[in-house]
Amino acid sequence: MSTGRTTAAPRLRPLPAGPRGILIDCGTTAAARACYRSLQSRRMSGLLEAEDLVPGATTVLVDGVDEPELLAAELPGWPLADEPESAGEVVEIPVCYDGPDLDAVAALWGVRPEDVADIHSGFEYEAAFCGFSPGFAYLEGLPERYHVPRRESPRTTVPAGSLGVAGPYSGVYPRTSPGGWQLIATMTNPGRLWNEHREPAALLVPGTRVRFAAVRV
Amino acid sequence: MSHIEILRAGVLTTCQDAGRPGWGHLAVPPSGAADRPSWRLANQLAGNPTGACALETTLNGCTVKAHRNVTVVVGGAPCAVTVDGRPESWGQPVKLKAGSVLDAGSAEVGVRSYLAFSGGLHPKSSLGSHSTCLLSGLGPAPLQDGDTIPLGPSPAHPPLPTQWPAPWAGIGDEIVMKLHLGPRLEWFRPAAVAELTRGVWTVSEHSNRIGLRLEGPTLKRADPGAELPSEGIAAGALQVPPNGQPILFGADHPTTGGYPVIGVVGPEAQAAAAQARPGTRIRFVPIPMPHWSRRS
Repeated sequence: MSTGRTTAAPRLRPLPAGPRGILIDCGTTAAARACYRSLQSRRMSGLLEAEDLVPGATTVLVDGVDEPELLAAELPGWPLADEPESAGEVVEIPVCYDGPDLDAVAALWGVRPEDVADIHSGFEYEAAFCGFSPGFAYLEGLPERYHVPRRESPRTTVPAGSLGVAGPYSGVYPRTSPGGWQLIATMTNPGRLWNEHREPAALLVPGTRVRFAAVRV
Repeated sequence: MSHIEILRAGVLTTCQDAGRPGWGHLAVPPSGAADRPSWRLANQLAGNPTGACALETTLNGCTVKAHRNVTVVVGGAPCAVTVDGRPESWGQPVKLKAGSVLDAGSAEVGVRSYLAFSGGLHPKSSLGSHSTCLLSGLGPAPLQDGDTIPLGPSPAHPPLPTQWPAPWAGIGDEIVMKLHLGPRLEWFRPAAVAELTRGVWTVSEHSNRIGLRLEGPTLKRADPGAELPSEGIAAGALQVPPNGQPILFGADHPTTGGYPVIGVVGPEAQAAAAQARPGTRIRFVPIPMPHWSRRS
C-alpha cells in the first residue's frame, strides 16, 4: 500500500478541448502521471464519467465528458497522491543492440559503439504515455546526458521491433512504419508489444516499468 | 453462410460501426463511421440496432452482390442506386433477393455514402469494433473487389416503411463550423483569432479519414521555435503544424500529437467535415474559451 502521503497539486491547469473535453496541463511528467492515476481511480469508483483518458508528456486529456466545467472547477484544489515506490512489476524486453544508428548515437554520447548496450540497458524505464501506433510507449528513464535529437530526415520504413531513442524517450516500434528516431537495437519478439486477444492488448501501458536485456545473436 | 460480396470496392470502401472509443491511452484511434448521423439513420431505416456495422464508401460508391435476401438502405452522400441495372431508391429500404447486385454510384454531393444491410455486417473485429482504421491498421482491411463479408441474423425490428423520409442536411460548397477555441490558443499570435474569423480555407486533396488538410491563411505561432511536448488530441481537433496550414482531425485521428491545437469542432461539424470534398470552402466561427479557463 502507499504511504498515503499527498502533496498539494503543483497547479493543474484545465484547458478547454472542445465542447466535451478538457486538457489538463500538469506542468511536469510526474504530475501528469499522478493526475492520470487519480483520474483513473475516480473513473473506476464512478466519480468521473469520461469516454477517454489520454495521458501525454505533461498533460492528461479527458474527452467525452458531459459537463467539463464541473471537472475544471474541482481541479485546482486536487491533492495528488504520491506514487507508491515500486508500483508494478518490471517487464523485461530482450533486445540486440545492432541498430543502424548505433554508431551515430555512440558518437553523440561520446562512447564506443560497443558500450551503448551496457549504458542503455543499465537504466530502468517507465512508460510515460502511449501514442503514435497501438503498442508504442514513450519510455522515460534515460538521463539527460544521453538525450539525442531525432534523425534529420525520418526513415520511410522502420522495421517492427526497432528500438529507437529521441529526446528523453526510448521506444520500440510495434509494426513497420515510418519513423524519425535513432535506432540502436532490435527487439527479438516484437509481436509481444501488441496482441488484441490479450488484456490489455498493449504490453506497455502508462506506468509500466521496463528493463532492456542485451542479447547477442 | 449468408454474406455479401464486394464486386466493385471503388476508391475506398470500409466497414464502419461506432468505432473503438475509450482506448486512447493505448494509442488506439476512435475510428468508426465518419459521418455519424448518416450512418445512424441508414441503420435505423434498415431496422438495425444502433451501432450496426455498415459500408462506408468514398466518392465513387461501390457494387455489392447479396448472397441471401436482405434489405439495404443507401444513405449519406446522395448517389444513383440500381439493383440489377434498374433504378432504385436512395435513402429508403430496398429489398435485395439472393443473387441480386446493388450498385451505389458516385456521390452527387458530399463524399461518403453508407450502405446499411438488415442484420448488419460482421467482418473481423478488434477491440470490440468492426471498424477499419486507416491510421492504426486495426479492424478489417479496406475492401477489395471479390471480398465477402458475413451478414448478421435479420433484425427483430422490421425495416421502417418505405414512405419514411430520409432527410440529409447535405452540404454546399461552403461549410461554416463553430470552433471552440483552445486548448493551445496562447501558442498563437493574437491576430490568429481574427484570421480564424475572417479567413476561408479550402479542403485539400490530401484529405482522408485521418483528417482534412486545409489550405488558406497561415495561422502564425507566437514562438515558432517552441516545441510542444506530445499531448492527447480530442475528437474534432484543429491542429496547426509548423507551416501554419491547419489539419481538422477526423475519425481515424492520432491519439497524441506534438503540434498545438488551436480549437476543436463539435460532432455536427465533424459529420459535415466527413462529407467535405476537396475544394470545399470552410469558414470558422470562433467560440471564446470558457470563463473557467481564463483566470490566471
